[in-house]
Amino acid sequence: MNSKKKIAESARKSARVLWRSTPILVGVVLLVSLANTLIPKSAYTAVFSRIALVDSFIGSALGSIMAGNPVTSYVLGGEMLSQGVSLVAVTAFLVAWVTVGMVQLPAEAMLLGRKFAITRNVTAFLLAIIVAITTVAILGLI
Amino acid sequence: MKKSEKSMAGWYFFLIVIAAYIAVFFVKSDAVIPSLAFFASIIRKIVPIFVLIFALLVAIDYYVKPESIVRHLGKGSGAKGWAWAIAGGIISTGPIYMWYPLLNEMQRKGARSAYVAAFLYNRALKPALLPLFIYYFGLAYVAVLSIVMVIASIIQGIAVEKIMEAKK
Repeated sequence: MNSKKKIAESARKSARVLWRSTPILVGVVLLVSLANTLIPKSAYTAVFSRIALVDSFIGSALGSIMAGNPVTSYVLGGEMLSQGVSLVAVTAFLVAWVTVGMVQLPAEAMLLGRKFAITRNVTAFLLAIIVAITTVAILGLI
Repeated sequence: MKKSEKSMAGWYFFLIVIAAYIAVFFVKSDAVIPSLAFFASIIRKIVPIFVLIFALLVAIDYYVKPESIVRHLGKGSGAKGWAWAIAGGIISTGPIYMWYPLLNEMQRKGARSAYVAAFLYNRALKPALLPLFIYYFGLAYVAVLSIVMVIASIIQGIAVEKIMEAKK
């Protein structure tokens, strides 16, 4: 097979891979958009207890169910800090926002395998709490 | 799940999301238009990334053979494999779900699930967003968090792989 034919074959195969993923990707973007509209930004600060460990758990849980650009999480995180939420809770929130994806979980399960997706998201949820406590402990701010 | 059912699963998921939108339309109709506007803004942003991923998929299919994936990201690739996974995660752009098809292809060609998990974890660290992150939280905080997250990505990769192997 000459190289032009090989490239065309690779392009056809790659287009098939992307086409198979299209309904999942579009579905996830639609879900992210709906969550972004339905969940008011003010809802996030109301749920914290001001106990570091509990708040890091709540922060991780909130970050896990949220989705979107990390920039949004920085703005929300900054807002939480200014409203008195602890740094450990905000850190867990920021880390979970970008490492755990409840909204994307169906897509991840379909494309990377259910076992992998669930294991990865559960460990990422727990790690968000550990990373938050470790980061804030290193900074000496707990 | 049979192959035909598996290939239809994505479309079933898509239909469920459409049904959710229809349900929201009846319960809170004013949320639908802003959601669709937000959807359109995301789609506009991710189209160029989609093109990049298509090009990467073609390049990988054309140049990269399963043996080389196994050599760089398979069992026994050691520290170099971690370095590839971490660097790949950090430099990759766009939403996380855009990368699932490519990672799926790499998994099929023999990449370790530990490296796939580490890649996904390091997607959290985005050099382009660092100035903004530092603006909100300070340089010391961002530096410490970034280092802790890179270490956490290796721990997660190992944990995911061990759990996956234990479940087999």
